[in-house]
Amino acid sequence: MNTVAAISPKHAAGQRRRERLFRGATLGAALLVLALLGGVTLSLLIGAWPALAHFKLSFITREIWNPVTDQYGALAPIYGTLVTSFLAMLLAVPVSFGIAIFLTELAPGWLKRPVGVAIELLAAVPSIIYGIWGLFVLAPVLQRHVQPWLIDVLGPLPLIGKFFQGPPFGIGILTAAFVLAIMVIPFVSAVMRDVFETVPDVLKESGYGLGATTWEVIWQVVVPYARTGMIGGVMLGLGRALGETMAVTFVIGNAHRIGTSLLAPGTTISASIANEFAEAVGDLYTSSLVALGALLFLITFVVIAAARLMLMRLERRALGSA
Amino acid sequence: MSSRRTLRKLTNVVALVLSGIATAIGLFFLAAILWTLVKNGVAGLSVALFTQMTPPPGSAGGLLNAIYGSVVMTVIGILIGGPIGMLAGTYLAEYGRTARISALIRFVNDVLLSAPSIIIGLFVYELLVVRMGHFSAIAGAVALAIIAMPVIVRTTEDMLNLVPQGMKDASTAMGAYTWRTVTSVIYPAARSGIVTGLLLAVARISGETAPLLFTALNNQFWSSNLGAPMANLPVVIFQFALSPYPNWQQLAWSGALIITVSILVLSIAARIAVSSFTKGRH
Repeated sequence: MNTVAAISPKHAAGQRRRERLFRGATLGAALLVLALLGGVTLSLLIGAWPALAHFKLSFITREIWNPVTDQYGALAPIYGTLVTSFLAMLLAVPVSFGIAIFLTELAPGWLKRPVGVAIELLAAVPSIIYGIWGLFVLAPVLQRHVQPWLIDVLGPLPLIGKFFQGPPFGIGILTAAFVLAIMVIPFVSAVMRDVFETVPDVLKESGYGLGATTWEVIWQVVVPYARTGMIGGVMLGLGRALGETMAVTFVIGNAHRIGTSLLAPGTTISASIANEFAEAVGDLYTSSLVALGALLFLITFVVIAAARLMLMRLERRALGSA
Repeated sequence: MSSRRTLRKLTNVVALVLSGIATAIGLFFLAAILWTLVKNGVAGLSVALFTQMTPPPGSAGGLLNAIYGSVVMTVIGILIGGPIGMLAGTYLAEYGRTARISALIRFVNDVLLSAPSIIIGLFVYELLVVRMGHFSAIAGAVALAIIAMPVIVRTTEDMLNLVPQGMKDASTAMGAYTWRTVTSVIYPAARSGIVTGLLLAVARISGETAPLLFTALNNQFWSSNLGAPMANLPVVIFQFALSPYPNWQQLAWSGALIITVSILVLSIAARIAVSSFTKGRH
């Protein structure tokens, strides 16, 4: 009682002022997050404007990329980005699904944590490490053992054959997709594991009670329940794959052209920027590279935003049911 | 009937074995990458690595300037991104927990968390490098800060939310303003959790290469000038690994080993810290 009475009006005013200051500082920092997104968008648009104004729509429809004649079209990098990411997801999603199942439904308790952490550590390895590993270890292996086989066995087939023809370069679209797949596995499997863990035990137990096997419970109870979250996880991984730079730069071969064969060198948006930006001379060249960056930001933003919205909705549902 | 039963059991076994194989594949690649780094990197580990500058092709040298540059830029990056991230996380967890703008901020923060780092590099290039007219260490540090910030915002919010409501209520009941409650009660209670977030952010940015390519660039020599280009491990690894010179390639492998081991140690330390922090709070 005494202490309360002892607080002077001056002291109270000081407290209120600090409260306002602190609140303002935290709010300001939080708003800075929004400002950052706005700033990134704005600066990319401003930087990309000269190229976009000059080439208009042809910037994204032409394959040509020639610094000598100052002609730039983004089709080859766009193609490379989409194809490598798509192939990477094709390889990574089944493996990630398997890992998530293993970690949630199969692994004994003592194994769960070490294996889970080991997979997560795969995500902590910097992308440049994947790059040199891909270039010096994976690419030679693919060139010597995997690609000749693909060319011999799949090359002569109708329809899909043309994707597997030509010499085995080692580096190229397929190798980049392979490295990307390894890189996104930890992200996708971590999200899948987390959403699998939100499935109420009662649901699974009802499945087992009806005599279902473990796999039947997973496929008919866990997966339908966790579907939105799984798609969210896949999209998150896709966002990673689309924007991944260094690892791809090492192994893609950096050729601004669209080859039918997946074994041929290509390029991606991020690899083109990483390779050429520091050396680009001329405003149009630089601006074209920034325009590539703006395109990449647009694509990844849409994918990541969709992923986050799905996962958010799932979180809300989990909270609602709890 | 019994053949159908056999089929179901068989499907079950096949599916479960496949999921085990999938896990083995994941672990195999982690092991393969680490093995490659150790095999190629250990040969180059020596005192000279930590005491000499990056050499010209063909002569002996070390990575001292690159290691120094990486440490400096990472530290400045965290010094900028850390406090801002912590304050923003504090707003989301304490002041604006239910505010409508908080949902938007959380969403944007999550998007930034997964945004390609090379985009951040382009942004800082337009923001700082173009204005200053040249590449600089400070531009590199700002790029790293922008990448670290979303990580810290997220972990700070999560960790502050783990502090029991009763502690906050007790402080408020004693007449403390929120700023007092936050700084004297909540921050101390969540300290190890917040530190974990900072560690994770350090682990995240210390291997980043793409955003440094056109902000800090690289420097063959010793430089402690923040306004000038500065050597850093990732970009040196990038340049040296792709060079045709054996001594540069050896340095690249050793650099790769150093950086990966440090990051893995940091990540494991962060996990241990966070598990001892969250234990008993759920």
